[in-house]
Amino acid sequence: MRKVTFPHMGESYRAFKMLLNDLGNEVILPPRPSLKTLNLGVQFTPEFACFPLKVLMGTYLETIEKGANTLVTTGGVGPCRAGLYSELHKKILHDLGHPIEMIVFEPPRLYPFNFIRNVHKLNPGRLSIKAIINCIKKGWRKLQALDNAEKLTHIIRPRELKKGTTTQKYKQVLEWIDNANTTSDIIEAEAAALEELHKIPQDHGRLDVKVGIVGEIYVLLEPTANLEIEETLGNLGVEVERSMFLTGWARDNTWKETVEGMTVKDAAHPYLPELIGGHGRDSIGNTVLYAKRKFDGIIQLAPFTCIPEIVARTILPAVSKDYNIPVLTFFLDEQTGKAGMNTRLEAFVDLMKRKKLKKQHQADILLPSGAII
Amino acid sequence: MLRIGIPSALFYYVYYPMWKTFFEELGVQVVTSGKTTRQLLDYGVREALADACVPVKVFFGHAMALIDQVDYLFIPRIVCLNKKTVYCPKFLGLPDMIRYGVANMPPIIDVRIDARDRKDKLYAAYYKVGKILGKTPRQITGALLKAKTSQYKFQKLLRSGLQPIEAIDNILTDTKKKPLDNKEQLRFAVVGYPYIINDQYINIDIINKLRKMNINVVTSDNISLFTLKLQRLGLAKRLFWTFSEHTLRATSYFAGRKDIDGIIHLSAFGCGPDSIVDRFIQLNNQSSTVPFMNLVIDEQSGEAGVATRLEAFVDMVKRKKGAYHNA
Repeated sequence: MRKVTFPHMGESYRAFKMLLNDLGNEVILPPRPSLKTLNLGVQFTPEFACFPLKVLMGTYLETIEKGANTLVTTGGVGPCRAGLYSELHKKILHDLGHPIEMIVFEPPRLYPFNFIRNVHKLNPGRLSIKAIINCIKKGWRKLQALDNAEKLTHIIRPRELKKGTTTQKYKQVLEWIDNANTTSDIIEAEAAALEELHKIPQDHGRLDVKVGIVGEIYVLLEPTANLEIEETLGNLGVEVERSMFLTGWARDNTWKETVEGMTVKDAAHPYLPELIGGHGRDSIGNTVLYAKRKFDGIIQLAPFTCIPEIVARTILPAVSKDYNIPVLTFFLDEQTGKAGMNTRLEAFVDLMKRKKLKKQHQADILLPSGAII
Repeated sequence: MLRIGIPSALFYYVYYPMWKTFFEELGVQVVTSGKTTRQLLDYGVREALADACVPVKVFFGHAMALIDQVDYLFIPRIVCLNKKTVYCPKFLGLPDMIRYGVANMPPIIDVRIDARDRKDKLYAAYYKVGKILGKTPRQITGALLKAKTSQYKFQKLLRSGLQPIEAIDNILTDTKKKPLDNKEQLRFAVVGYPYIINDQYINIDIINKLRKMNINVVTSDNISLFTLKLQRLGLAKRLFWTFSEHTLRATSYFAGRKDIDGIIHLSAFGCGPDSIVDRFIQLNNQSSTVPFMNLVIDEQSGEAGVATRLEAFVDMVKRKKGAYHNA
């Protein structure tokens, strides 16, 4: 009997759990990455491999301890390293003496047979094709519901009257969505969740600073990897828009390119006309788009030694100068401390607020002599 | 006369003879930045992102050294040459990194070379370069043919056992330097990317150090592409990067040979592909009895540290060999 597990990426595990259960698999839930996960991962992975590789390794080892023997993950066609993760993980785990099976989903557009074979493997209940499609649709709807709830918290958190209410409510409504198991239930739960979040008492008169977050997908989507940067920013009164959600990314990479994807590509074209793998070009494109939408700042998140993001980071100062928008970059790894990050974020937010205030009250501000804004 | 700058880093060790012949046939003067020095590396470290790998920092330094000396800088965007594998993302974004990362750069010729794409094929790409320099199609075709001949000569010299720098010297100065090879001595294989193995400054001249210890050195550049192709990769999935694939196949070739006494994998700190390739090398060749060492270099590498590790490795190999002989 297959005991299936998969990487932990934000709240998306709730949808995958339901999907795999519906197909008749026994699912071992991946635990939220912790210090233990990191320690396990760092021990068995190459020294300067990027952060997601290490976290995933730790997660796999933890789930194998719980009895998992089948790992479901995504592949890729390069030139980013992430495409070879599955192969490296498999080799290392086999070398450590864990006879696991790895089911790797390559982009179905390029490898349709791989997709069909993998779905067949994960379908021990031998459901009909129609039933499988229904299951996938339902899982997709749940993923959308989870993403929508998360997007709303990004807008409400900076405006909440009592700090911490949104995070608390968010945890509560996630359970509602989690417990919904049919499409109509999911839609109902989503509506109820959004309504509940809207009920949080808010102050709309606050200075409204907007920040766009760009970067590599894993550190964007996994709150433990980015040290809950969205929550921290929200508590500092900053509205966050993240450039990537699992639903958007999956749509771009499974079937055909979406209009959003093409816009980002076009926006990045003057700076980086080449696909360099990973999310390097998306980081540049999204920075341009956010700047055009008059955001107050951009935060780039990248794992340490991430190749595409290093290229993007080298080019971003030029974008920042051309569009007059501040960009702050965090290279994250197992050594990143939360306090250090918070300090940098506070300083960044202060600068943005100051710039914005200055713009709003150009005439009203009385400056002490010699003050530089 | 137009002057075109070719930074002596990264692709320099693989395609310089071809590029030089091509531009000189077109009547353009070629300026290179010479060997890596402390000063060039310092330039690079200052301008490039701290998280970039050493070879890229070195490339920044070389490009900056050419700023005031040339009219154009030639940094082609080489995406794919064999229709299968591409190059590291940093190579794909190299012209853009230089353009936006360093101030006051001369115009950069960044033609895209991608063998998978009809309008970016090798000939089309060089044709575009020729057009930028204002040459006629006939001149360009002639120059490209000559360039390919000289590249062929270069590769032949590499197969004969010369290292790229020696081979480039041979071609440019028309001397006939013979590869050093002494059958009595130990023979080591140094594998890794050509721009790390052959940059004598950043790797602290490891090849000549080994030669001084009376060891024959072969590198992955000395094996023909055909031989490489015959080696098994040992992966369920193909590697994306050309140089990495060469390295992995070359290692499995050397690991299976009886006349190789030790393998040294030279990699740079922060090199993305190498973090994965090095582990693959170790996991794939566990059954081989050839001693193996991974040497990671960065801009801080000290001469003494590297020398000590090399000596220890050589001593170990010698002792092992002696033990077998006496038994």
